[in-house]
Amino acid sequence: MTDIAIVDYGMGNLRSVAKALEHVAPEAVIAVTNNPEVVRKAERVVVPGQGAMPDCLHELDRYGLREAVWDAAANKPFLGICIGLQMLFDNTEEGNVSGLGIVPGRVKRFPASAMKDEKGQKLKVPHMGWNQVHQAMEHFLWKNIANDSRFYFVHSYYVETADANSAGYSAYPFPFTCAVAKDNIFAVQFHPEKSHAAGLTLLHNFVQWKPV
Amino acid sequence: MGLAKRIIPCLDVTNGRVVKGVKFVSLRDAGDPIEIARRYDDQGADELTFLDITASSDDRDLILHIIEEVAAQVFIPLTVGGGVRKVEDVRRLLNAGADKVSINTSAIQNPQLVAEAAGRYGSQCIVVAIDAKRVGQGWEVFTHGGRRPTGLDAIEWARKMQSLGAGEILLTSMDRDGTRDGFDLALTRAVSDAVDVPVIASGGVGNLQHLVEGIEEGHADAVLAASVFHYGEYTVRQAKEYMSQHGIEVRL
Repeated sequence: MTDIAIVDYGMGNLRSVAKALEHVAPEAVIAVTNNPEVVRKAERVVVPGQGAMPDCLHELDRYGLREAVWDAAANKPFLGICIGLQMLFDNTEEGNVSGLGIVPGRVKRFPASAMKDEKGQKLKVPHMGWNQVHQAMEHFLWKNIANDSRFYFVHSYYVETADANSAGYSAYPFPFTCAVAKDNIFAVQFHPEKSHAAGLTLLHNFVQWKPV
Repeated sequence: MGLAKRIIPCLDVTNGRVVKGVKFVSLRDAGDPIEIARRYDDQGADELTFLDITASSDDRDLILHIIEEVAAQVFIPLTVGGGVRKVEDVRRLLNAGADKVSINTSAIQNPQLVAEAAGRYGSQCIVVAIDAKRVGQGWEVFTHGGRRPTGLDAIEWARKMQSLGAGEILLTSMDRDGTRDGFDLALTRAVSDAVDVPVIASGGVGNLQHLVEGIEEGHADAVLAASVFHYGEYTVRQAKEYMSQHGIEVRL
């Protein structure tokens, strides 16, 4: 049986995610897979994703993976990364499409009018680089990670949801939710697989996590 | 609290070794790429850039093995450039473990390559490298290590690359590369202010104050340097501490 399934629906480079998980869980059987059956049988599921969310959803359906992702999000330790976070929401401004509707809220683009720092200098989109993550709740996945640690981000859209769902915030320049926790789901906008020690710790925590 | 400015050590790789030249000529050996990558990772580098300057296409697979090995040990973003001509080259580099692929000459010969690669893999992994040289009142894009003019205006070109899907611009001043006189700040600022995507300043770093200037005066989002780090003059951490002391937000 597969311990960890990394859902591969053809969007973006999943090798980094697989490498980082292999590094923190050398004993685990890790599958990068587009097979819904493998996802269904896995003990833990990771949904990464890069690029545009409408394309990601389209590809997810093309591989017949939507149900399997739904099932994982309802029943087992689930880690969403980047678009894997955004697709959990009700809808997105990107192409104005519906998401999976698992977490209430929407996905919005960084508004051009707000993109200035305190010195009045233009802030670039995508939000690319290392930003601080402020932990908004206690959570097993934050274990051994100092509050306000920096993680690596690259995205042009962010999620907006009720504070109760937000496990962490970043600021660019305004505060936005960069981590979501709900039952067996933990999902992050940043890339733990590219975030050095803090990112590897988060992945290690995910592998150990036993949500109640 | 906010987004940190990035420091990116650059490794020019040929025949499996890191080298560094002055104005793209007179190469000097700087060591083993995997060892160097690990050292910079330990020092707190925010990303690493590998430029494959191997002349012969027969030896191109060498870089794939190097990237594979680095990606298994170093968990920060890796950018790889040099000799990227087709979408297939982008795919091969991403599969080897690159997070971003840098396209230079081929973007000029075939701008649609940038659109195709960004369409297939997302803008976040497509960097367009621009080598620019002062010509008259402006800056012109050059290829072939600064030897061949293209007639393209660097600022216009940067804008066009953004519109085709480049997620980031790696901007090198060919006048400054290897000189240690500091970045071409006017060029950096002109390009950075003209586009919405992040700009990495490159070419000419000789001391740590140059890095500060690249951010403060050049408006760069990230600074790239090679020789100041390769020969142990400064560590990446020293560079970050210096920048932090000068009011620049960095990841320490």
